[in-house]
Amino acid sequence: MREELIVSGRSNPMIDPHLEIWEWHIPAYLFLGGLAAGILFFAGLFYIRGKEDKYPTAVRVAPIYVPILLAIGLLFLFLDLKHKLYFWRLYTSFSIESPTSWGAWTLLLVMPLSVIWAALYIQYVFQKWDWKYQWVKDALKFLSGYKREMAWAMVVLAIVLGVYTGILLSAFNARPLWNTSILGPLFLTSGLSTGAAFIVLLSKDKAERHYVGMIDLMLIAIEIALIIHMFMGFKASTRVQIEAADMFLGGQFTATFWVFVFSMGLVIPALLEILESKGKKVPFYIAPSLVIFGGILFRFIMVHAGQLSRWLY
Amino acid sequence: MVKSRRDFIKISALGATGVAVGSKYLFAENNQKLKDTPKGPFKLPSDFTRTPTYCEVCFWKCAGWVYKNDKGEVQKIKGNDDDPNSNGRFCPRGTGGVGMYNDSDRLKTPLIRVKDKYGNQTFKEVSWDEALDYIAKKLQGVIDRHGAECIALFTHGSGGKYFGNLVKALGSHNIAAPSYAQCRGPREVGFIATFGDGLNSPEPTDIRDTKCLVLIGSHIGENMHNGQVQEMSDAIDKKATIITVDPRYSTAASKSKYWLPIKPSTDLALLLSWMNVIIEEGLYDKEYVEKYTYGFDQLKEHVKNLTPEWAYGITTIKPDIIRKTAREMGHASPSVIIHPGRHVTWYGDDTQRLRAVAILNALLGSWGRRGGFYIPDKAKVPGVPHPPYPKPTRSWRDAMQGKYELADLALANGVCDATIPDPSLGCSIKAWIINGTNLLTTLPERQKTIEAINNLEFVAVIDTMPMEITGYADVVLPECTYIERYDSLRVTQHREPTIALRMPAVEPKYNTKPAFWMAKELAKRMGKSDYFPFETIEEELDWQLKQVGTSLEEMQRIGVKKLKRPYDDLYFKDGEDVEFNTNTGKIELYATSFEEYGFDPLPKYTPHPEPPEGYYRLIYGRAPMHTFSRTINNPNLSALKDENYVWINPKVAKEWGLENGQEVYLQNQDNVVSSFPIKVRVTERIRWDSVYMVHGFGHGDKKLTRAYGKGASDSELITKVMLDPIMGGTGMRGNFVTFLTSKPVKEEAES
Amino acid sequence: MRYAMAIDTKKCVGCTDCVVACQTENNVPIGYARDWIVEVTDGTYPQLELEFRSERCNHCDNAPCVRCCPTGASHIIEGGIVKVEHDKCIGCGACVAACPYDARYVHPEGYVDKCTFCDHRLEQGQDPACVAVCPTKCLYFGDMDDPNSEVSKVVKKRKFKTLIPEAGTEPQLYFLI
Ligand SMILES: Nc1nc2c(c(=O)[nH]1)N[C@H]1C(S)=C(S)[C@@H](COP(=O)(O)OP(=O)(O)OC[C@H]3O[C@@H](n4cnc5c(=O)[nH]c(N)nc54)[C@H](O)[C@@H]3O)O[C@H]1N2
Ligand SMILES: Nc1nc2c(c(=O)[nH]1)N[C@H]1C(S)=C(S)[C@@H](COP(=O)(O)OP(=O)(O)OC[C@H]3O[C@@H](n4cnc5c(=O)[nH]c(N)nc54)[C@H](O)[C@@H]3O)O[C@H]1N2
Ligand code: SF4
Ligand code: SF4
Ligand code: SF4
Ligand code: SF4
Ligand code: SF4
Ligand SMILES: [Mo]
Repeated sequence: MREELIVSGRSNPMIDPHLEIWEWHIPAYLFLGGLAAGILFFAGLFYIRGKEDKYPTAVRVAPIYVPILLAIGLLFLFLDLKHKLYFWRLYTSFSIESPTSWGAWTLLLVMPLSVIWAALYIQYVFQKWDWKYQWVKDALKFLSGYKREMAWAMVVLAIVLGVYTGILLSAFNARPLWNTSILGPLFLTSGLSTGAAFIVLLSKDKAERHYVGMIDLMLIAIEIALIIHMFMGFKASTRVQIEAADMFLGGQFTATFWVFVFSMGLVIPALLEILESKGKKVPFYIAPSLVIFGGILFRFIMVHAGQLSRWLY
Repeated sequence: MVKSRRDFIKISALGATGVAVGSKYLFAENNQKLKDTPKGPFKLPSDFTRTPTYCEVCFWKCAGWVYKNDKGEVQKIKGNDDDPNSNGRFCPRGTGGVGMYNDSDRLKTPLIRVKDKYGNQTFKEVSWDEALDYIAKKLQGVIDRHGAECIALFTHGSGGKYFGNLVKALGSHNIAAPSYAQCRGPREVGFIATFGDGLNSPEPTDIRDTKCLVLIGSHIGENMHNGQVQEMSDAIDKKATIITVDPRYSTAASKSKYWLPIKPSTDLALLLSWMNVIIEEGLYDKEYVEKYTYGFDQLKEHVKNLTPEWAYGITTIKPDIIRKTAREMGHASPSVIIHPGRHVTWYGDDTQRLRAVAILNALLGSWGRRGGFYIPDKAKVPGVPHPPYPKPTRSWRDAMQGKYELADLALANGVCDATIPDPSLGCSIKAWIINGTNLLTTLPERQKTIEAINNLEFVAVIDTMPMEITGYADVVLPECTYIERYDSLRVTQHREPTIALRMPAVEPKYNTKPAFWMAKELAKRMGKSDYFPFETIEEELDWQLKQVGTSLEEMQRIGVKKLKRPYDDLYFKDGEDVEFNTNTGKIELYATSFEEYGFDPLPKYTPHPEPPEGYYRLIYGRAPMHTFSRTINNPNLSALKDENYVWINPKVAKEWGLENGQEVYLQNQDNVVSSFPIKVRVTERIRWDSVYMVHGFGHGDKKLTRAYGKGASDSELITKVMLDPIMGGTGMRGNFVTFLTSKPVKEEAES
Repeated sequence: MRYAMAIDTKKCVGCTDCVVACQTENNVPIGYARDWIVEVTDGTYPQLELEFRSERCNHCDNAPCVRCCPTGASHIIEGGIVKVEHDKCIGCGACVAACPYDARYVHPEGYVDKCTFCDHRLEQGQDPACVAVCPTKCLYFGDMDDPNSEVSKVVKKRKFKTLIPEAGTEPQLYFLI
């Protein structure tokens, strides 16, 4: 028998008996960031490709939610800080190796961009909207001449943001479950997928729904491939990573992950979308709702389980 | 006399208002005190950022320094580099001693037991005058009615000197400490019978220079007696062979070349078989034995048949290992220590077991030799002059009916017995003063202690904490902690004689006072002022220090004064003639004094009862960060370990379906069930016929906010005592427990 | 200069003195710890082995906690000591998650705190508090770049291991075995 004990009563809050430094704020923030990235990505992409009119929800409507999503996400991030009054310190330095720093600065760029984009389209949704101040109107008018540039910026920043939500975790070599370079692409894909799902939910146009739904189907397929790849990677890796993967392969997260995240959040929505594309009658909102639900849960599980996984020595 | 049963007063008795009022009122008094303190010729604590002290967390008495931060608050305690007991390094308990001072559960003001309007007994907060007047009146009453001999003092700690002086001045010599008959008594008697000298404290074991250290039960490393731990580490550095005999894989066992996982209670057989091998193989120090010892031939004859094979059947230690280890000792001789241990009251034949340890050391020639036992020296500091003490006509010994004559100090359990009325006694003891000893967790057979208390007319308790024992007091006097007071000088033996000073680092918190002051005030009230000739303790210490060529002023600066050894006699010189303080003037392998008193002059192995089916022997010991029951509530130390576990071998756990961390109640052979559950630790580190737990936990007083109900108490499960016929020690390891997985139905509310 | 610590597991008795000493020296709030003791038992009764390790921040040469810190609060000072500047720390927890040894904790006031190798004592020429108190003298501290320092010598002389070398952090605590 091997017995390994801390015998000095160490009980540092949030660290003992296992790491719990991040509760719900961070996964919620990661989800919102990914979702926002997904929305911005499609808005920018469709705009660049001149599909604004064809996919108005994606380009005009959905992005209006992005500033709100980001604001909530930032609020969560702020709430998670343990030394809140020093929040501003994030913006007195840029640390090239720190994903947190990257995220903070990316958000600093994404936020105004998304606000402008939303402002440009707000009258599309709320026809009676009136910018009270003339200078706002002037400014928007001026900016509307640069939509193409902004769209490009949105696509690029969306990818950075989406990847960042994954890298924030994968940068932590210390937590074997997170220690895989797949998390970046995986979280990006998942973010894009939830973004697409969000657009489908909002869209009133069948063709748009169908088109974006097909994109989502493709993203889900990629996500499934990445997840399988991730676990295979773990299984082929060190003992600690095998143990980390085992939390999902027979361990405590097995049921939650495979039933709720994998089946209900990926496989079932994919099947529903396939059925739908074959003309079967399925309420359109089920698949995207499941995708979003799966996306939320996926982040919660990854953040939580990652903190449980550790090097043993 | 009517005897009134003392209800154990629980927290509810001391209402919240009481505490709040108390502390307000004491602040007033405290501030006043500060102003009143005369500057006098001596410096005040506030004049120093670092003040000398010696540690009171255990009885190794390390000297050190209390450091204050720039706000004048106590920050940390460190060892004094000049102190041989600590060498500048305190043990965890000493380092965490600040917690004793900071503990907000401390006793804060004197308390007197009263009846409230519903007839319930409760404590009332009173002034010092009220409390002291009351005690003086009660003690005088006992003296007037029964004689001063019916007063007894239980004490463990520095203040004992002053209360001892008071009690002796009153005319009683019933002064007992639990550090004798519950601790090292058998060892002292066994060694005195052999070498004519006891070991005392710190033990003069020359561990740092030893080549072979044999630990029998003695669990150095968990037993944190500082100097020993330090020297054992030096010995490890120097590649000394360590042999540990313990049914548990102790920390020391893990540092040992040989671990002998002995069946508990059979050590005497192992010791005898070692003697057999050492004599048969001629491994003993022939010159030494010839020159210094008496009775070798008898011993040789005695152990002739006690072979390793014989011992194997008893101890479960393989003959081959017994021989190998005996040879290791032989080869290291005389730089070998068969360590006498300290808490040795195990199975009732402890004096004989320790005799065997002494004999083994004598055979190997380690007494008085480098790497064995050095000859300690102690500073000669004159006591304070006072009139002769009145001669008592009776003592607790009368209750012993001629038994335990060989006990060189009073038996705490003996005093307890002498309190329970017996027609053959002229008068049983009627009043107890209890200073710094939590008798309920310290003495085995708790029921008997409570019975004795219930036969008393008066009980005064002096303590720093609301420990269980305070619940039985008529008056509770809150002492300030050692960080806040002067005390008698530390004059302990060592390689070099030293003197150490304890002075306050800060003014006492709350409405607390030091022992000197209390004892002197009581003496004043009882007409015994002559015995406390100095007005303040500063004057008394200064006078004493000046007799040995220093002064309070100097000691305040240096803390520890090393004196020169008058002679170069740390070890025996080659071929030196030595006269031992025994009947024969020799080291008595054959103890003539025992023979005189009708005891076996050579130790004999007798088997002890074994646990019945489904029961396990309860053994206990120390955790390095705690001292008995006194530190469990200490905020710094409870953060390191706030509960004890019952160690269970995986096989036993499997049999019972017990899991790591699961809570169980322990029930002993007399159906006593632990008051609180204890968590299981499934570990290979323990034999399957025994369970182990750390002593001191399972506090039952709710006023101890950190300690209450945490873990279980070994003390309450020790209801069977195996009395040592030679000196009356209380063997405590003959108790057996079994596991209850759920809370048993309450039978008695109070036990 | 490269400060490092060597811990002799053969002498350590797991007494936790180093933990209390750190607490009183550095005002570590009760209930929190900068250092801790791990006890490992291997084997089956009576064939057993026991190891005590006094652990704390490894002051890694390649410190992920410093790299992931967004504000520069976690930084490295002279001698390779990894420190946290309380007034720069936002309490984001990144460094806590990044440390494979769980050596950091969040101070009740919100900032992250950890072992400093007692740099305030080093400045005064004293050993770290834990080293100075250890009754078994099993902690060695000093400059690894100086071949004559106690720590260099003992690491050279003895067999040692570091913790999770696979994590690539290049820890500077050497456990003598
Ligand atoms: N941390 C700490 N240190 C202390 C103290 C403290 O309270 N805390 N108290 C001090 C005092 S006053 C004393 S007296 C000493 C006591 O310390 P020691 O003299 O070392 O006490 P023991 O009772 O020998 O120690 C208990 C050990 O005996 C083993 N044991 C139990 N039964 C048997 C048996 O039948 N045979 C053998 N061979 N071993 C057995 C147990 O497994 C355990 O390892 O400690 C001192 N040091
Ligand atoms: N079951 C069991 N019983 C044992 C032992 C065991 O291992 N198991 N060990 C035995 C041994 S070896 C010994 S030496 C004894 C020790 O026995 P004790 O010394 O009686 O042990 P504690 O339980 O620590 O009780 C000490 C009391 O002193 C109080 N105190 C602490 N500091 C001060 C102070 O400065 N002033 C005053 N006035 N009071 C203070 C504490 O609050 C506490 O109430 O116990 C013996 N009894
Ligand atoms: S051994 Fe520890 S508790 Fe005992 S006196 Fe020394 S420092 Fe204090
Ligand atoms: S103080 Fe020393 S012996 Fe005690 S646990 Fe710490 S490192 Fe080990
Ligand atoms: S041990 Fe942890 S906190 Fe210390 S330097 Fe290494 S990674 Fe950073
Ligand atoms: S918690 Fe503080 S020290 Fe740690 S990474 Fe965040 S800002 Fe840096
Ligand atoms: S070096 Fe200083 S801060 Fe670090 S663990 Fe030791 S005492 Fe604590
Ligand atoms: Mo003792």
